[in-house]
Order: sequence, then structure tokens, then C-alpha cells
Amino acid sequence: MRLNVNGKTHEIDADPRTPLLYVLREDLQLNAAKFGCGLGQCGACTVLVDGEAVFSCVTPIVLLANKQVVTLEGLGSIDNPAPIQRAFMAEQAAQCGYCIAGMMMRAQALLQKNPHAADAEIRAALQPNLCRCGTHMRILRAVRRAAQTMQLAQAGAPR
Amino acid sequence: MSAPVILSRRRALAGSGALILSFAALPPALAQNAQPRNGGTPASAAPPLPGDLKKSPLLDSWIRIDANGAITVFTGKAELGQGIKTAFLQIAAEQLEVNLDQLTLVTADTGRTPNEGFTAGSHSLQDSGTAIMNAAAQVRQILLEQAAQRAGVPAEQMKTENAAVVAPDGRRFGYGELVSGEILHVRAAPKSPLKDPQAYRVMNHSIGRVDIPAKVTGGAAYVQDMRLPGMVHGRIVRPPSYGAKLASIDAAAVEKMPGVLKVVRDGNFLGVIAEREFLAIEAMRALAAAARWQETAKLPDANKLPDMLMGLPAQDITVLDNRQPGAGGGKALEATYSRPYLVHGSIGPSCAVAHLDNGALTVWTHTQGVFPDRDAIADMLRMPKEQVRCIHVEGSGCYGHNGADDAAADAALLARALPGRPVRVQWMREQEHAWEPFGPAMVVKVKATLDAGGSIADWDYAVWSNSHSGRPGPAGALLAARDLEEPFAPPPPKPLPMPEGGGDRNSVPLYQLPSAHVIYHFLPTMPLRVSALRALGAPMNIFAIESFMDELAAEAGADPVEFRLKHLKDGRAREVISTAADRFGWAARPRSAGSRPSGRGYGFAFARYKNLAAYCALACEVDVEHHTGRARMVRAVAAVDAGQVVNPDGLANPIEGGILQSMSWTLFESVTFDQSRITSVDWATYPALRFSAVPDAMEVHIINRPGLPFLGAGEAGQGPSAAALGNAIADATGRRLRDLPLSRERIRTALAS
Amino acid sequence: MRVIGYLIGLCLVVALGVAIFAFAARRPAIALIEVPWAGSFAPDLARRGAELAAIGNCDVCHTIPGGKPFAGGRAVPTPFGTIFSTNITPDRDTGIGRWSEAAFQRAMRQGVRRDGQYLYPAFPYDHFTLVSDDDDRALYAFLMTQPAEHAIAPHNQLPFPLNIRLLMYGWNLLFLREGPYHADAARSDEQNRGAYLTEGLGHCGACHTPRDFAGAERTSKKLAGGETEGWTAYALDASSPAPVPWTAEALGHYLQHGFDAAHGVARGPMAEVAQDLRSVNADDVRAIAAYVAAQRRSGSAPAKPPTRQIDTEDQRGKAPAPNSADSQAGVLSKDEAKSGANQEGARLYAAACAGCHEGPRATPYGGVDLARSSGVTGPSARNLVNVLLYGLPAAEAARSPIMPGFAATMNDRQVVALATYLRARFSDKPAWNDVENTVREARRAERAATTRPAPSEEAVPPATQRTSSNETER
Repeated sequence: MRLNVNGKTHEIDADPRTPLLYVLREDLQLNAAKFGCGLGQCGACTVLVDGEAVFSCVTPIVLLANKQVVTLEGLGSIDNPAPIQRAFMAEQAAQCGYCIAGMMMRAQALLQKNPHAADAEIRAALQPNLCRCGTHMRILRAVRRAAQTMQLAQAGAPR
Repeated sequence: MSAPVILSRRRALAGSGALILSFAALPPALAQNAQPRNGGTPASAAPPLPGDLKKSPLLDSWIRIDANGAITVFTGKAELGQGIKTAFLQIAAEQLEVNLDQLTLVTADTGRTPNEGFTAGSHSLQDSGTAIMNAAAQVRQILLEQAAQRAGVPAEQMKTENAAVVAPDGRRFGYGELVSGEILHVRAAPKSPLKDPQAYRVMNHSIGRVDIPAKVTGGAAYVQDMRLPGMVHGRIVRPPSYGAKLASIDAAAVEKMPGVLKVVRDGNFLGVIAEREFLAIEAMRALAAAARWQETAKLPDANKLPDMLMGLPAQDITVLDNRQPGAGGGKALEATYSRPYLVHGSIGPSCAVAHLDNGALTVWTHTQGVFPDRDAIADMLRMPKEQVRCIHVEGSGCYGHNGADDAAADAALLARALPGRPVRVQWMREQEHAWEPFGPAMVVKVKATLDAGGSIADWDYAVWSNSHSGRPGPAGALLAARDLEEPFAPPPPKPLPMPEGGGDRNSVPLYQLPSAHVIYHFLPTMPLRVSALRALGAPMNIFAIESFMDELAAEAGADPVEFRLKHLKDGRAREVISTAADRFGWAARPRSAGSRPSGRGYGFAFARYKNLAAYCALACEVDVEHHTGRARMVRAVAAVDAGQVVNPDGLANPIEGGILQSMSWTLFESVTFDQSRITSVDWATYPALRFSAVPDAMEVHIINRPGLPFLGAGEAGQGPSAAALGNAIADATGRRLRDLPLSRERIRTALAS
Repeated sequence: MRVIGYLIGLCLVVALGVAIFAFAARRPAIALIEVPWAGSFAPDLARRGAELAAIGNCDVCHTIPGGKPFAGGRAVPTPFGTIFSTNITPDRDTGIGRWSEAAFQRAMRQGVRRDGQYLYPAFPYDHFTLVSDDDDRALYAFLMTQPAEHAIAPHNQLPFPLNIRLLMYGWNLLFLREGPYHADAARSDEQNRGAYLTEGLGHCGACHTPRDFAGAERTSKKLAGGETEGWTAYALDASSPAPVPWTAEALGHYLQHGFDAAHGVARGPMAEVAQDLRSVNADDVRAIAAYVAAQRRSGSAPAKPPTRQIDTEDQRGKAPAPNSADSQAGVLSKDEAKSGANQEGARLYAAACAGCHEGPRATPYGGVDLARSSGVTGPSARNLVNVLLYGLPAAEAARSPIMPGFAATMNDRQVVALATYLRARFSDKPAWNDVENTVREARRAERAATTRPAPSEEAVPPATQRTSSNETER
């Protein structure tokens, strides 16, 4: 079936029941979305589907025809990082870093809709995502920082 | 130290305070050399080499320079997310006088790096960092002298910059052109020409972590990201409970599933290999459904853990005994504290890739100890050690001995069944939760008396715990090895010796105790599988000691911070305590219920990790909702002294993390089980910290000690965090809770009583 | 001229009627008192009040999710508009701190505010009227010993003339049977206790009884099913749709744990009820369960035994999901085999649901047995659709089933196909009507359809009974 990931259409030859996570990692060799539980409980696998944050580990690809899937790789790269990536690097918001890609995508979904999200909304939005290293304070700082950048961008100010 | 000194355990511990103080008083260069490792006593007449140079004394074990100038730094330690890759690069760059990007760092690899045992116990900077620092300094000196010889100029007139040695007349000798033959293949000297901390360009700077950019842009960073040519996917079917036997398995249907390459059965070990990952998962599920097990496990009553533990046969280890006759007699207090089994709960379940190629086995694994894991796997496969190579590749945070070593063994077994193809084994979430070795449940009983002046006169402390180490070495430490047709027996547990300790880690308070007795009831019988969880016995012992200190302070009518200072002579300890208290505003905190918002409480705690490593003090403010029993940490202020700081931000990060991780243990976590099986198998059945409970604010204040030895800080925050929380909750509710976790139900019940 | 005369006469009569009505309706204000000191209430009494408040679920309506307990402000949607709960903390200015006990009891018994204004029956005083004087006293003591919070609720959003509180006098005349509860000699002690708690503080009928045009409960159809905030509250009488008939024991377990193996998980407003009932003594919960279970034998529809063979035992290590080919062939009846929707539904089920709902993790955490869920057998698809769309979020600090929602990845057609398939496969009931509309409404609903974390046990044993020689109490 056809899958649109990060703006490109891919022809995927996999059982339609295959969760998106395995297709991303195995068929498309994308690293950011991670296996943390396979049960939709930890968020390490979070990606965007039509702008909404979803658990790619419990989303079978049969649901994704005609939808736009965006992974962390689709937001930016080392050479050209997106605001959320810049923010996480600036705040050094990672310890082991395994949960971070999922956190960033969950935050991205929120900020894309509302870059003015208040602290309470950011916390509520990140509730489905677990971090076992205790990096929460930095993650919040990084999301707030990204929000500021995105607010400025929205207002048309030069970056 | 001119002759071998053999100290009895008792004498060593009684005098250990003095030993450490005297080392701290030595000039920095010598202090590095005299750093004891694992509390071992120097056994030879020659002064010992600094850090793990003791284990690998050749300089080129640590620093290699190619003719083209490429510089490689080697460490036997592993990056676990604590930032040591960056720290070690900083140290080497500083001492070699090069830029970070001119260096390549190779971490734990049985084929390439020194054997530094386990990356554990907060030893990385102390042992490996120290070795690298000294080796790099000595390498620089050798290069300097080489260049001086070639230039015909005295060495003191040469200087190094940008990977070259420069003569007074401007002639440059690149490091690459200076190395020849075996000039770095020399034994390290006990003393090194270390750079003056005042001149640091890179050390003591918050350089960004070198691994973060890839992690935030989807770069390959973990063993889970490895994709080797021809790689296939394996899954294991684990038994439903400890010791279960595979009575029957009809694997025919699974073997016929398209894409399934092999079903592997060896005794009770059952696994499957398939071309693609989701296929492997489905095959695993089908295989699990077709398997019939005979279960025999009988687990204890989860509601009566403390009694159960205290009833097990014990090996009594006297940790400290300087009881003074007639010391007791004043006002006496006693209390019992407990904690349940805890999971590591690594967010990424364990994973390994193994490849058996022409009789040589390579295993990529996130184990904390590539050398011991390699030894165990080699024994399990009955292969010569030289034929097995374990290479560390990062996994998610392990927080101790999780499933990593076992996943490596699983991958090795599957790779042996399919020679020539790399096999990737990924544990499922339920498997990681149920089969990883837990942090042991513990009980502490403590009694003390106060004298007329309100000081502690007598102290009696007992701790019960299983072993905090079930790591390989022996093959029987590996899950898979126990399940084989010809199984390996689990090795009998042995207590870890003090001053590091296991269950008795941090069981001796740093406080001045005129008369004290500390006993460790080591429990060899392990109803649940246990091993090292971050900080081992320290968080529990610090929770107990620091809660009890507050109880004593209340009895003495003293402020908790003042009470602690009253009992401490150690200047660095006093300073972290004062710093944390001052920055928190401890003295100005509202005392009476009327002057503070309802449900608020304030707590304080302090510990020096292992009484050897970093100092940490923490003050926190908590909000307890009486109606629900919900306790939330609102604000925390910590102070840390870790000796010479390498990367301030890199130090603050795991301290913050440790505080929150411990908060999760303290408020939410416990392993659950019924009569035969572990029932906490995922995040639904084992709730942990989520953003709704994260504090509003947290500060970490670092006290830098230029030139002083590195002190391990990765595990310094956990104990104080648990205790400060417990003390704050007691302050908020007027009730003292002593059994972890401090759950809502327990707080509600306590408030209702 | 005569017409005008008649008109004037009519207006005079109406005006007179209104005047008589207004005169009869008025209630006096009860004088303000000084905020009572929390220490003046016996701790035992306040503790008893806490338990009663848990049965009454007071904190749920009177607390904004994540807000201060009892400080009010929660939006309660009704067919007539949105009503906001009030601050019942003992705050002096914005709460009930200056209400006397008599004022509190009058509000409970008659639905009248301290200042004499009528309360709207969104506050279910038509149930709380049954609460005894002693229990009202305990509730008062409990509320007066809570932390005071300064909070003012938003204005109710009711259209004219419903925003005239005086009209409730008429409503009460028609529908309020003033209490307190009087024991029925024909009932056992436990049934009386159960009736008292269920019909009174428990106010189960407020959700589980259908209402008439005036928003009053149809007393002839007690517990025959209702709806609340976008959720179906299933019939508890003989018309209960549960595939396995509810026993008192199962009900008791469900009420206190939010789950029963033979039934399913509490996921909408019942999740909050179960959360509160956790802290209530087992005897009272048993009494409620016994009373409610007894209702199954009453009601208009005769009790029917289930026609499907349902295994009432919790099974662990269930067989894994059959692959998609098998599930399609084995499950579609011959009529449905041709239906495209059910083929899609079968595919969706196999792809998105079976992995957990037929997996080996123990229920309820690993996905409930859909064959035992009222969500599948109930009269409306709404509850099932709510869960499909929004899942079950993780609970803080409690073991609780977590389920992903599919709102972002399934479109309406897919949700309809899946819901239809589940109905056909896991029940013997006729297909639902107009599932499309149900899905649209569920998507449109704001907070209403949001699922709450289903509560379960906390992962720790109760506090040990060991006593230490020093309990620091302040």
C-alpha cells in the first residue's frame, strides 16, 4: 500500500496489520520513533498523523491510506533543525534520550495548533509520554523555548 | 604506605573516615594517586597508579595517535545517558590540548578497550575519567619531549596547541608526526603533569553533549537502531513464572509461517527467528500460545514483605560496631522503614544484536559490563572467550542491571542457531517488566537515644536485604543459561564488600555518633529475581536515616537542618547542607499551619553517596491534598559537591534526573505479584511518574572544587530525594510514613487515623 | 370591547396566579453564621461525613478536573443549558463557610439555598432529600473541615425563563418527594440500607433513570437506563443489557474497583464513581450492590437469560489474534459475509484491536473481553464509540487500564464499520441504529465524551499495622 511519510509517498509491501512503528523503522529506516512498549502506554513511538500525535506502535498501517505521517526526521535535520529540535539541543533536554523523539513529536503537535500553549496545557499534552530518567524539567523548558520561537515565527518576526 | 597494610574489615571501616580525610588533605596531584578504589587497600610498595590505570597501565590502552594525527581515546566504561562520552572527551581534549572534534572516543568493547568492569556505582569519572586525564597528560608530556628532542630545545620551552607541539621559533610538530614505533606503549607513571584547573578551556565548561544532536534529529544512536546487512529478527518466549518448565511445544505451525526462519528450543529456552520484525512478534505470540508450561513458583505474600524478609535466614554482617558502654539511657526512639521491590523499567526494553561468523561471535549490547557479559556468554556457549566479543552500544537508560545482559545472551543463542546471519533480539515490554532483576525489597530498623543536650548519644541500625548484585560473571547469572537443557545454576549470592556495599550501602551515617552499631542482615534466599538498581541500598538507607534524623530532631525540639549540622564535622558536607538550605529559603519557611497554604510541607535531607562519592543536600516543598492523599513535590533545591567539575550542565542533569526518578519510586512504584507470577507487567500495572506530578521548579547548585578528585555523582540525588519527600509529607500532614511507596492510599489512611 | 375586557380579566387572573405562586414559593433566608472552627467538629463525625461524601460523589461535581477539591466551577451539561457547580468549601466569602447546619440540611432536603433561592436539580436534591438528619450532620462536619478555597463559579448558562429560579417551586411541587428515607418493613436490613444509599446519596437514578420532558426522573421506570454527559448509563433493572447478568458480588467488585472480570471497565463518569467508592467501607458498598442487583428482578422487561455461552472465568494466556484471513472467515454470519462494512470492520478489528483484546495480558489491563462488555450489547453505540475515539488515558499513581484512542487515525466510516462489526461479532443483539450520527456526536462533544482513567487498585498493600514507639503528631 502507499504511505505518505515526511512528504514522500512510499510503496510499502507489508501486512496491513503491521503497526506503523515497524514500517517506519524497518522499511523506511527511520530511527526517531522508538519501541518502548508496543502498547500505547509510553509514547516513545509518537509521530504525527495529519497533525495529530498518535502512538505509531498501535496504529496499523491499514489506517493510514491518504494520511500524512510526519516523524521527527520530517521536521528537520542536524544541519537544518526545526525550532523544537533547536530548543531541545539548547536546553540539553536529554539524558539517555530514548523518550525524547516521542516527547518532541507530542510537543510539536501541540505547538503546531497552539504555539501560545500555557504551562498547564504543555504538561497535560505530554501526559501520555513517559521519561524514566527524570528529564522532565528540561523537557518542559525546551518546549517552552520552542513555543517562543514558533510564536515569533507566527508573528512574522525574523528568526 | 611503605609496607603492605592488611586491615580487618572492622578496623578499615572504623578508620575509613580518617583515611578519606587525609587523602582529601593531600595536594591534588598526589590525591589523585592515592584514591582508593572499591575501598581496597594499597597492597604493593610502589605508589598506585591513578584511577583505572591500575588495571591497564599502558598509556596506549587509553590514548592512541596514528601517523596521520588521528587521536583515539579508549574507555572501558559505557555511555548510559549520563554524559560520560562528552565528559571524557572534555578531559582528554583539555589534557592533550586539542579540540573535541579532533578526538574519537571508543567505549566499552572487549576487543579494543581496557577492562574497567561495570559502568556502575558512579565510578566512571573517578576511575576512567581519572585514568584518561592522567594518561592524556602523560601522553602530551611524551610528545612534548619528543618534539623537544627533534627541535634541540629544552622541553620546558615547548608548548602544545591544536594537536601540535610548537617550538619557541614557531616550528610545529603535529602529534601524528611525533609518534613512531611504540613511544606510547609505555607504563604510566604514578604522577602526571596535569593542567592547572585555573587554565581550563574545556573542562569545567558546559559543553553540549556530543550524543544529543543525533538523538534529537533521528540519527542512529542506540543498539535498537542497528541495521546490519542480512540482519534478521528474533523474539523469545519466556516462561510464565520463575522456574517454569516447558512441558510441551508443538512448533510445527509456527515453523510453517511464511518468513519464519527457525524456531529455537533448548530445554526451557524457546525463541523464534523471522525475516521481519512484526513477523517475529506474531510468530512469538503463536509460539507462546502453543507452549505448555509446568509452573512451580511460589511467591511470598506481597502484602507482608517486611515480615517475610525479616523471617528469611540471614548472614549477619557487622558493618560498624563502636558501641560505648553506658551510652544509651536518654530519651529513646525507634522506627521501622521498608521499601518494596522496584523495577528499573528502562523505557526501551532490552535489545541486542549477535552475529556468529566463522566461529567468532560478536554481540552488540547495552550491558553495563561488556567483559563480564562476554565471559558469561562464552561460558554459556562453551566457547573460548577469545572467540566472543561484546561491544557496547547505547540502549535506553538502564539504571543498573536490567535485562541487557540477558538479551545479549538470548541473541547469542539465536545467532548460534543461525550462523552467518546477524540476529536482533528485542525484549517485549511485558518481558522486561517481569524478568528484569528487581531492586530488592528492604527493611530497616533503627533505634537511637538523645542525650540531655539533644544530641544523638547512641545509634543502633539494622538493615535486611537480598543481594544487590546478580550480575554475570558466572553464566548462571544469565536467564537463558538457566533455561537450557544443560542448565547453569544461578551463582550463590555474595554480599558486596563495604565501603561500597550492597544492601548496606550508606547504612553508616556520616554524622558524629559517639556510640553506634550497624548490622546488615544479608538474605541469600531470593524469592524474586534481584540485582543492582541505581544506588543499590543507598536510597533506602538514606531514606531511613534521614527520616529518622527528622524524627530525632523533632524529639529534640530542633530545626532539621540545625540538627544535622550539629552532628557533622565534615566541611564539605556542612557546605552542601547550608547551600541547599539557604538557596531554598529554609530558615524563612512558614512554620505554623496558619501561615502557609493548607496541605504544604517542607522537608530536608542530606547524604554523601557511599560516604565516599558526591555530597548532596536537598530541600523541598510538597503539597498534600488531604481529600485524595495526593502528594506532589512543588519545588526542590539541591546542592551538590562532586569534586572537580568536568561539565557543570552535565552534572546537574543526572542530579535533576535522580531526584525525579527517586520521587517516582517514592510516591508511585512497587512490583506486584500473586502467588506464582509477577503481575506488574507494563505501565498500566506499574504506574510511574508522568508530567502531572512533575514539580513547578527545581534548582541544582554545584559547588566546584578545582583540583580535587572527581566524585561520582550519578547516584547522589536518589537517597536525599526520597527522604526529603518523606520529611516534607510528614511536615504537611503531621503523620510519619515509613513504608515506601508513600502512596495516596497510605497518606489518606494516615490522615484519617 | 368585550374582547379587551376578557383580555384584561385574563391578565389579572394570570397576574394573580403569578403573585400567589411567587408568594407561596418564597423561602426565607437563613441567617449567616461565623465560619465554624474546624476543631469544633468531632473527628469521627467528619470521617463518617467523608465516607458519605464519597458515596454521594460530591467531589466529582464540585471540583474542576485537576482543581481544588470542592471549590466548584465544574460545568454540568443538561438538556436545558449548562449549570456550574458551586464552591462548597468552608470559604467565608465564596463557599459555604457561613452556612449553618440548618441551611445545609435545607439545601439537601428541599433544594433551597441559604439565601432562600431555589437550587436547580442538577444538584440532585431529589435524591439527597432522602439523607437522614444524622448523615446530613456528618456531611456538614466533613465539608466544614475541608480546606477553604476562594473560588467563584461562572454564571449558569440557561435560557429565559429557565434562569428564573423561582420556577423550581413548581418543579418541586410536581416532582420532589421530600425525605428523609423511611425503612420499608418488607425489606431486609441490607436492602433497606442499600435502598437508602442508592436512592439517596448514591443518586444512581440521576443517571440511570430515564427523564421526562421536564428533566425529572420517570419514577415508573426507575433505573431503566439513562444518559449523562455523552455516556449511556445502562439499565440496572431487568432490561440490563449486560451479557452476563450482574450479581451483587460482581457489582460490589465493579463499584469499588472500576472493573469486574465478567463485565468490563468503568470508563466514563462511572470511573469517578468507582474512584470515590474505593474509600467507602465494604458493608455499605455491599448494601448498594445488593439493592441494585435486586432491581434486576423488577422493571418492565422480563429477565432473559443470555443466549450466548459466556465463560465467566477470567482467562489468562488467551489465544493470540488469529490472522486476518481466519478472523474474517470464522466470524461473519452468512448474511453479513457479503456486507462490505463488516469486512472492513473485521479487518480493522484484526489490525487495531485483537493484539490487545485477545492477547495474554490479564484483564482488565490487557483489554477487556468484548463479549462481556455492555458497551457492545447496550442500546446505543455511544459508550463504545467514546472509547474507540478517545481511549483510556493513564491514571496518575494508580494501576489502571490504558487504551489508545483512534480519533486521529480512524475516520467516521471506519469507526462505524468497526463498531458495527463488534456489535455483530460479540453480541446477539440487533444492529444499532444510526451509528453514523452517534460517531458524529461523539466527535463533536467537548469534555463530555472524554474518557476518564478507569481506576483500579493502587499498586501497594494497605499500610502495615506495625506501630512504632513514636508517632510524631502535631
